[in-house]
Amino acid sequence: MWMWVVHRVTGVAIFFFLLVHVLDTSLVRVSPEAYNEVIGSYKTPLYGLVEAGLVAAILLHGFNGLRIIAVDRSTWALRHQRQLVWAVWIAFAVLMVPFLWRHLGHVFGGA
Amino acid sequence: MMTAQPSVRPPRTPSGRTRRNAEKWSWVFMRITGPVLLILIVTHLFINLMTGDGISQIDFAFVAGKWASPLWQVWDLLMLVLALLHGGNGMRLLINDYAHHPWLRKVLHSALGIAVIGIIVLGALVIFSFDPCPVDADPSLLPSFCEDVR
Repeated sequence: MWMWVVHRVTGVAIFFFLLVHVLDTSLVRVSPEAYNEVIGSYKTPLYGLVEAGLVAAILLHGFNGLRIIAVDRSTWALRHQRQLVWAVWIAFAVLMVPFLWRHLGHVFGGA
Repeated sequence: MMTAQPSVRPPRTPSGRTRRNAEKWSWVFMRITGPVLLILIVTHLFINLMTGDGISQIDFAFVAGKWASPLWQVWDLLMLVLALLHGGNGMRLLINDYAHHPWLRKVLHSALGIAVIGIIVLGALVIFSFDPCPVDADPSLLPSFCEDVR
């Protein structure tokens, strides 16, 4: 039930970011200055945290999607679907920790 | 594909589609594009945010450097099309679930369709009409290979 909510909420968040992300990237057709100015705002601490949330949403949605496929396709996965929820969160954490380490270093460390 | 036909209890909302199997194909589409998108997007995030200086390296020259390679042009086009169709189809299902008035459903479906098609067309045009070395631009903002082009 909760993973169903997580899947919907992360899906909607990713969709709206995707619309904005194509629009901001389209500024490369306007001028290098216009693109660099807008993408510069993505490097501020606030946006840095929003990006971290976005990467989290993508990883959760993706891994939970794989769990849904597995549960539909195999009776083993269906019987172990609760453990697979744990597997989703563990895989999520395993990728998020090094990502946050590096990304927040870039955002806050000025590296 | 599947032999048993499971009956799905409410609150699953009937889509109102009249074309047979339309919703089955929507389901198959999500199942196929989901794992493909996971690979495309995780790679995209890894290259752009984990390698080099991460988010700090992203500017016009970085994008120009990537799109100089047909691999990344095709990669980004695939991501654009699949992600918008996958996300758009997901949003369509949410509209079916939560928008109960027929007129509201129609308005939201139309807005969604326009947004999805508009963004796909815009993104594809940007990828393939992109000029990495615009003549009137400040040379310091351009990728280094532009010096050889002039």
